[in-house]
Amino acid sequence: MAKPASNLSKNVQAFGAWVNERMPVGQVWREHLTEYYAPKNFNLWYFFGSLAILVLVNQLETGIFLTMFYTPHADMAFSSVEYIMRDVEWGWLIRYMHSTGASFFFIVVYLHMFRALLYGSYRKPRELIWILGVFILLVLMAEAFMGYVLPWGQMSYWGAQVIISLFGAIPEVGDILVEWIRGDYMISNATLNRFFALHVVALPLALLALVVLHLVALHEVGSNNPDGVEIKKHKDEKGRPLDGIPFHPYYTVKDLFGAGVFLILFAFVLFYAPEFGGLFLEPDNFVPADPLVTPQHIVPVWYFTPFYAMLRAVPDKLFGVMVMGAAIFVLFFLPWLDRSKVRSIRYKGWPSKVMLALFVVGFIRLGMLALGDGTPIQTIESRIWTFYYFAFFALMPFVTKFEKTKPEPERVTK
Amino acid sequence: MLASGFSLAAGGGEGLEHANINVHDKASLQRGAAMYVNYCLGCHSMQYLRYNRLVEDIGLSEAQVEEFLLSGDQEIGDPMLSAMNADEAEEWFGIAPPDLSLTARSRGPDWIYTYLKEFYLTEDGWNNTVLPNASMPHVLWELQGIQRPITESHTDAEGVEHVEIVDLELDQEGKLSPEEYSDHIRDLVAFMEYAAEPAVLKREKIGIWVLLFLVVFTFLAWLLYQEFWKDIKK
Repeated sequence: MAKPASNLSKNVQAFGAWVNERMPVGQVWREHLTEYYAPKNFNLWYFFGSLAILVLVNQLETGIFLTMFYTPHADMAFSSVEYIMRDVEWGWLIRYMHSTGASFFFIVVYLHMFRALLYGSYRKPRELIWILGVFILLVLMAEAFMGYVLPWGQMSYWGAQVIISLFGAIPEVGDILVEWIRGDYMISNATLNRFFALHVVALPLALLALVVLHLVALHEVGSNNPDGVEIKKHKDEKGRPLDGIPFHPYYTVKDLFGAGVFLILFAFVLFYAPEFGGLFLEPDNFVPADPLVTPQHIVPVWYFTPFYAMLRAVPDKLFGVMVMGAAIFVLFFLPWLDRSKVRSIRYKGWPSKVMLALFVVGFIRLGMLALGDGTPIQTIESRIWTFYYFAFFALMPFVTKFEKTKPEPERVTK
Repeated sequence: MLASGFSLAAGGGEGLEHANINVHDKASLQRGAAMYVNYCLGCHSMQYLRYNRLVEDIGLSEAQVEEFLLSGDQEIGDPMLSAMNADEAEEWFGIAPPDLSLTARSRGPDWIYTYLKEFYLTEDGWNNTVLPNASMPHVLWELQGIQRPITESHTDAEGVEHVEIVDLELDQEGKLSPEEYSDHIRDLVAFMEYAAEPAVLKREKIGIWVLLFLVVFTFLAWLLYQEFWKDIKK
C-alpha cells in the first residue's frame, strides 16, 4: 500500500513546482524563514517583535467580528457595544480580546522600541527599519485613539474633544482644521462615522503596509543582536553567518514559547481584570456620551499619558502641542544622534547607561503624573522629566561621542 | 455665610465602605434582584438587562420571574424598564432617574454600597453624604430607619462658619437592624454588579480553564524549544 502515498507526495510536489513557476512561494519561504539567518544570541527583549505581530493579528481578527455587530451611529453606538457584551454569543470575549489587545499592543511596542534603544538597533544600516517603526507607532496611536472613540462613552466623547481641540492651537488654520476633522461644529455623529471608517479600513491598511515594509527592510540588512556586532562579517564557506541560525525552525519555535508566556499574561488580564483598575477601560466610559456633562477628570488611556503629561507641563497651549509633537518627531532623528563607536549598551560607557535608565524612569513617571490631579509639585516634576526627555536626545551626540566605550567583541557572546 | 462640608465620604473615592460582594453567590444575587425590582425599578430602569437573563444566570425559574418580578403586561424577554414616565419624573425630581444598568461599572460597587447607607433626614428633607443634594429620596428608609446628622461648626481664618457632618446617628429604628440592612444592601449591590456585566459569571469561570490550557501549551512549546535548540546551546 505504499503506492498511493508516494503518488500523493508526487502530486503535492508537482503542484508545488507548478505554483513556484508562477509565484515565488518557495523563494519567499527560504529568504524570510528557513534561510533567513538571525543571530543566535537573541535574549528576552527579542520576543516583542513577533509578539507585536501576534497582537496585530488578534486586533484584526477580533475587529472583524466586532464590526459585524457594532453600529457606528451616535444614538446607537453605546447600546451596540452593550449588545455585544450581553446578547451576542461570546461577544464579551471578542470585545475584551480587542480592548485588552489594544493596551497590550502598546506594552509590546514600547518594549520593542526600548530594545532598539538598548542595543542600538536603529544604527546604520538599520535607519529605515527604525523610521518605519516610528511611522508604525504614529499610525498605531491614531488607530488607538479613534478606536477609543467608537464605544461613544463619556471618555470617548470628551477625550476626542480634548485631543481634536489640540489642532485648534495651530495659528490661522486651527479652527478650520478642527472643524474639518470633526466634520461638524462639535463632536457628533459625523465625527463618529469618519473615525469608524478610518479605524476599520484606512489605518489598519496603513499599519499592515508599514509592518510589511518594516520586515522587508529588516530582512534586507539582517537583525541586530544584544552585542550589536555584525554577524555577516564572519561567514562559513557557503556564505552563511557563523553566528546566525535559520529563523525557522529555531526562532519560530522559540517565539512560540514566548507567545505562550505572553498569552498567559494576556488571558489573566482578559478574564480577571479586563478593566485593569480603570486603566484599560475607564469607569467614565460606561456612561453614554453626553455633550452637556463634562466628566470631572478627562484623562487619556494610559498609553498616551506620558505625552499628555508633556502637554500639560507646558503653560502655553500651542507650545504644549508643539512639545508633544516634537516628542515623537525627535525619534525620527535618533539614528543620527547616536555617534558611539559601539551599538550595544553593553559596550557603551556609564553616561549612556545612566541616561537611558533615567529616560525610562522619566517616561514612566510622566505617564503616572498625567493621571494625577496636576498639583503644583506634580507640574514641576512633569516639567523636569519633559525637559529631560528632550535633553536625552539633545545630549546624545556628545555623550556617545566622547564617553569611553568598551571594545566590542568580534563575534557574538552568550 | 454658611458652607457645608462632608467628612464622611466627600464625593470622591476616599472614605467609601468596602461592599465586600460576591457575584458568584446566586442566593445573594436572587435576593438583590428581588430588592431591585421592589424598591428601585419603580424609577430606575436597567435597559440593558432582560428578565430572562435572570433565569439563565442567577438560578431563578421562569415561573419565579413571572410571578415575582414581572409587572403589568411585561414579557420575560423584555428589558427591565421602569414604568415611570420620564417627563413626569423630571417634573417630580427635577431630573429623570438615571438608568442603572452600568452604574456598578461607572461608580463602582463600593460607591453604591456607601451611598445607600449614607442617607440622612433634615428639616429640608432627605440628603446624602456621598452625593450631597441628590434628588433621590431615601427609598429604603423603612428598612434602615431614619438617620440624623451630627454636626460640628468650625470658623476658619477668614471668619466663615463651616458646618461639617461628622457622623450620622440612627434616630428612628427601621424594620432591619443596621447589620441586616448592610446585608440587604450588599445583596442589592451584588446584583447591580452582575447586571453591569452579566458576562462576569462566565468570564471568571472559564478563565481558569483557558489559563490551564495555556500553561500546558506553553510547557509543550518550551520542551519543543529545548529540543530544537540542543545543538545551538552546546
